[in-house]
Amino acid sequence: MTIKQTFHKLGSPRSFDRLASILIPWFLSISVLLFATGLYGGLVYAPADYQQGDSFRIIYVHVPAAWMSMFCYVLLAASGAVTLIWRMKLADVVARAIAPLGASFTFIALFTGSIWGKPMWGTYWVWDARLTSELILLFLYFGFMALQAAIDDRKNAAKAGALLALVGVINLPIIHFSVEWWNTLHQGATVTKFDSPSIATSMLIPLLIMFAAFKTYFFAIMLIRARAELLWSERKAKWVCEHPEVRQ
Amino acid sequence: MTPKRKQRLLLVLLLIAGIGLAVTLAILALQENMNLFYSTTQVSNGEAPENRLFRLGGMVVDGSVNRTEGDITVRFELTDTAQHVPVMFSGILPDLFREGQGIVAQGMLNEDGVFVASEVLAKHDENYMPPEITESIERAKNTNTAQ
Repeated sequence: MTIKQTFHKLGSPRSFDRLASILIPWFLSISVLLFATGLYGGLVYAPADYQQGDSFRIIYVHVPAAWMSMFCYVLLAASGAVTLIWRMKLADVVARAIAPLGASFTFIALFTGSIWGKPMWGTYWVWDARLTSELILLFLYFGFMALQAAIDDRKNAAKAGALLALVGVINLPIIHFSVEWWNTLHQGATVTKFDSPSIATSMLIPLLIMFAAFKTYFFAIMLIRARAELLWSERKAKWVCEHPEVRQ
Repeated sequence: MTPKRKQRLLLVLLLIAGIGLAVTLAILALQENMNLFYSTTQVSNGEAPENRLFRLGGMVVDGSVNRTEGDITVRFELTDTAQHVPVMFSGILPDLFREGQGIVAQGMLNEDGVFVASEVLAKHDENYMPPEITESIERAKNTNTAQ
């Protein structure tokens, strides 16, 4: 099967539904395992920080959530591009499934950062470039969801949302490089610069496990949401009526 | 890809490039305002605003912290290793405040060139030193060797 054929097959609602129903239990169970290991590692195994004490442990939620908030936006914008260029219905379904998840991750990152900031920095919030651009990301997600909900016609809603998602892409490099380009209160990158390790290995390993946990969790929930959305929008199709999991 | 899709792809790429350009220009124009704080060298050179609140960032100079007895007023000096700026603050300092720590203070300069802070925030950094202060140190070293 060529790449093109695979692409077309995946784009068909029926094969997506079948693939998703196989993948969801795997993602969910792997995610639960990873969360258990990662949380144990982060809260028990990892040593307390020499400067921040136990407060640093919020990193195990804050950093994966912040990474996911940006990863979700990349996927949202990519789905937007597919919607605009190939007019693929599935891309819009996936985008709708991603947006609330991305907004939740962004909110978690902002919230955990804020409650960590009060004891460490001395303030809940400061208008520095990193915090402000992450807040803009949250508003981009809200804007996407509001726009999609405001337009009744699904095709127009998909196009408008896709356009907004693509416009917002410019915010991603700003979030990532804000701590390098400008003076900020937020500290610079710790993990993504491997030349000089600025985090102990015993602290880093639980962080990476938590990151994998967040990612598998995201894929599980995203697929569940996309599948439900797809079944609803295709509810009149024959394959849905004959679906073993659908009760009439 | 059909010609129509190619055209749409091109439009999407143009859209992203256009917005990228517009935002880059806007950010370059606002470059000064994107920084959260002024360095001590900038303040010594008189680049900081007068009679207006601004933020000053730097490292607390070793041995410069002076507490007044029976009062919560603290005096210390901030540096980027090139220039020192004296700071006065009455209030509760964050847990991470210590000598050698990078901090960001908000306040105003008084007539004697003392920065009277109304808020002091600790800047946490895994290397004890904020990257822009490291840069400032490098710049200061470069100018010293050039002289």
